Amino acid sequence: MEWFETWGLTLTVFLPVVGAVLLGFINRDNEDALKITALSFTVLAFIASIGVVVGFDFGGGSYNTYQFEVNETWIGAINSNYHVGVDGISLPLLVLSTFVMVLAVIYSWNHWEEPKNPKAFLILMMILATGMNGTFVALDLVLFFIFFEIVLLPMYFMIGIWGDRAPRKVPGFSKPYETRLYASIKFFLFTLFGSAFMLLGFLAIYFESGSEGARTFDIQQLTELGASGAFSGWELAPWVFAAMFLGFAVKVPMWPLHTWLPDAHTAAPTVGSVLLAAILLKLGSYGFIRISLPILPDEARSWAPIIAILAVIGIIYGSLACLAQSDMKRLIAFSSVGHMGFVMLGIATLTDIGINAAVIGMVAHGLITGLLFFLAGSMSHRYHTREMARLGGNIKLMPVMGGILAFTAMASLGLPGLAGFWGEFMSLVAAYNPLDGLSLGVFRTGMVLGAIGTVLTAGYMLWMLQRVNLGEPNAEWEGHEFHDVDRFELTAWVPLIILIVVIGFYPKVIFDSTTDAVTSLVDMVFAGDTTASITSVVKGG
Amino acid sequence: MPYEIDYLALAPELIVVGTLILVLALDLVLQRENKYWTATVAVAGTALALVPLGMLAINGETISMFDGSYVIDEFALVLKGLFLVAAYIVFLMSHHYIESERYYQGEYYFLLLASLLGSLVMASARDLIVLFIGLELVTGPLYLLAGWRKGDVKSNEASMKYFILGVLSTALLLYGMSLLFGLTGAVEFTEIAAATANMADEPALAVAILFMLVGFGFKVSAVPFHFWAPDTYEGAPTPITAYLSVNSKAAGFVAMLIVMYQALPGAADIWAPALWLMAALSMTIGNLSALRQTNIVRLLAYSSVAQAGFMLVPFAAAAVAGANLEEAFGATLIYLVIYAIMNLGAFAAVIAGARKTQTGTIEGWSGLGRVDPILGVLTAVFFFSLAGIPPLAGWFAKFEMFRSVMIADPATIALAVIAAVNAVIAFYYYARVVKAVWLDDPVGEFADEAAVAPAGSLKLALGVAVALTLAIGIYPSIAAFVRDAAQVLATGG
Repeated sequence: MEWFETWGLTLTVFLPVVGAVLLGFINRDNEDALKITALSFTVLAFIASIGVVVGFDFGGGSYNTYQFEVNETWIGAINSNYHVGVDGISLPLLVLSTFVMVLAVIYSWNHWEEPKNPKAFLILMMILATGMNGTFVALDLVLFFIFFEIVLLPMYFMIGIWGDRAPRKVPGFSKPYETRLYASIKFFLFTLFGSAFMLLGFLAIYFESGSEGARTFDIQQLTELGASGAFSGWELAPWVFAAMFLGFAVKVPMWPLHTWLPDAHTAAPTVGSVLLAAILLKLGSYGFIRISLPILPDEARSWAPIIAILAVIGIIYGSLACLAQSDMKRLIAFSSVGHMGFVMLGIATLTDIGINAAVIGMVAHGLITGLLFFLAGSMSHRYHTREMARLGGNIKLMPVMGGILAFTAMASLGLPGLAGFWGEFMSLVAAYNPLDGLSLGVFRTGMVLGAIGTVLTAGYMLWMLQRVNLGEPNAEWEGHEFHDVDRFELTAWVPLIILIVVIGFYPKVIFDSTTDAVTSLVDMVFAGDTTASITSVVKGG
Repeated sequence: MPYEIDYLALAPELIVVGTLILVLALDLVLQRENKYWTATVAVAGTALALVPLGMLAINGETISMFDGSYVIDEFALVLKGLFLVAAYIVFLMSHHYIESERYYQGEYYFLLLASLLGSLVMASARDLIVLFIGLELVTGPLYLLAGWRKGDVKSNEASMKYFILGVLSTALLLYGMSLLFGLTGAVEFTEIAAATANMADEPALAVAILFMLVGFGFKVSAVPFHFWAPDTYEGAPTPITAYLSVNSKAAGFVAMLIVMYQALPGAADIWAPALWLMAALSMTIGNLSALRQTNIVRLLAYSSVAQAGFMLVPFAAAAVAGANLEEAFGATLIYLVIYAIMNLGAFAAVIAGARKTQTGTIEGWSGLGRVDPILGVLTAVFFFSLAGIPPLAGWFAKFEMFRSVMIADPATIALAVIAAVNAVIAFYYYARVVKAVWLDDPVGEFADEAAVAPAGSLKLALGVAVALTLAIGIYPSIAAFVRDAAQVLATGG
């Protein structure tokens, strides 16, 4: 399979957009043909990514060696290349992305939100897929930026066209404004604001990377430069890190840049929320691991306590905000702020345990929160409300749906044995013992507060379960017939449930991929400060 | 002294001259129902003029005529190509627009071709007199064309405002040039550069430069000389607005930069801060004013003010920091070329959309995407491209702009930050149009499908623009020759 070595990633990234072009030629009334085309191309992209897994050499190799690499000239004038490749860190995320995409297409089979128009919706999903897959494999800053930005357009339209039409009061406007309109533009402006500065940061790195003619946007080369200290003592470095921080932190989102998230997630159509939560948020945290830490390690050290503090605030704030919600979908949205806080806390420790925790946390959050949004969507589809005060006794009305909801909520609160546990637990472990030289006080306080956060997480998740699932059904549902889970929903959800259990019991499937890359990343850029306990924690799981 | 004249080098200009005479003659003999032939001839002539241009480009030699006053180098060729292609698209846009409204077709194309001729001359001008003549030939016909819809008061206002302010700016420009001539005794750029090299303390030079900057500022509608633009843009026939915002603006822009760059490099201390200020103000005020617009053409007018600010950024930043102007010039040129393409596309979409919706308000466009998805997608492509969203061509323009301001100097970093914030603000109003088209529910009745199907020529204009917008966005290398052209100017000029 020689050709697959060179074409594997390109196929994974661009098959969906080919599908989008084909969809453009299919008549919009021919719904079956549209759905089958979309499904085939997402499945093909998924198969291609599985092909990459099969062909991937898990023997490791050190950080900054990539497999399935392609490096072709793209914009010669600025020495920017079409450089793609995967390593142990990006591989799980890439597969997560192609996988969730397939499930999203299956789920949308009979779940079209107003104003329907499957053709446009599927085309947008396909473009979104290309942007997401591309971000995880891009090894050139310009290419990364392009893919990072491509996802904005389809998501903007998804939220804006198919989103929540309920009017809401917006500060500064006298008339109430439809939620979808407010949320879509807010989402776009926040992200654009961050990425405009991120781009400035990338350009500054480019100019610092060498003399005229030797400058590069190549992440691999820049990582080498960064590890060898080429950017140490660069007076602009703190600003550059700050600029990139802004871009990534908005996407994650980190407190206090998170305010777009509850609006966007709540307003988005079900599939949109799922993709946002499952994959889009990871683009930010992935950017930290792939770009910020390796290229500017010195700045990463000095920023780490700040990131940790913001992450912990995010955990606590997210949890408390959840407790104040009356809308189920909004509660799930806020829970993302907390969960991504754990991911960022892991990254901020700059240790192998912490970064491993971050990657598995990202995957787990993708699966679990993705599933929660599916459930919230299906439930509001049936009840026509998301107000938890009006729900209740769900498990009596729809036993299967209620059961899955209970399971997923348990996974989300970090129950040991399910996927959500590892990310939270390990990032707390890592915070106890961060990279040498980082303030123990900050991180250990963070660990304690983070641990309180896990309790709060359990609190709001159980509280939600109690209000939605348990008790007697509200009187207003008397006489209503509710369809329990249908086959499309089951087809989309069961794989997620299985994976949550598998990763929960056997996290090695993820760690096998990430550990080598993460350990050597820490080795390489933070000068061999690995904590001795890594093997016992990771392999012992 | 007899001059050597290279007729191949002048062929594009000669073809345009021939075409405009032919159009005028045809207009005399053709019956009213056959007048559309004038449009066909104009389109064909413009396309034909690209042929010798291509030959000259392949040849690649720098040809200098009339004692170096008229130069055909790669830089001039790129600009002429831009002007011709842009005019070609404008002709395609005009065809149906002008015919259906029963305006004077022959004269319309004659005047537009004359303006085109001016821009071709301007691109080759390397002395003040040729430059001035070229620039005035660009704007002169436009005073008339802006008032072409003479039954409409707004069009009269457009023409009048444009004329009065235009003449004022011309006077200022000429006054500045004459002062410069008085100081240096030269009109040719290289000679002026030599003479002004050590003249930085001369107050008269500062006055001359400021007068010229004000004159150019009016032409490119940079803040604070932009007040005519929205009214003129709104009142003029839409294809003329497109032409104003692309060809005429580009001509003024290039004239301004080339004078500063080639004739007055020694006086950068005087003009650089002024350009910096103009860039910052144009971006900010253009964008903030655009936020409040309800008319789509006025929105594009303010957007073009803001875009002029973005275009100035590389040059102003490099000049203020005393850095390499060559790179900056390349970035500005790339921005100009990409802006021309996407802005023409946006105007073509506006013409098509206005026919469909029978209104010029943004609100009236609500729900257009559901009635005409193709037009809706095209509108989204052009407006998001103007906003600089990848993978549409606009991102590369913004990227190059940001790349060229990455100079460690407080003034440039401040400008870079202003530009970054403005890029976000700009997105908001571009998105408003897309929001109306796709997100909002229809409010009005749309015109009947058959009656308003865009004319074939308009479809071609849209097709050309969208193809270029996507191609440059995905594979920006194809726009790289523009940068090389800027370097020719630096080394060869």
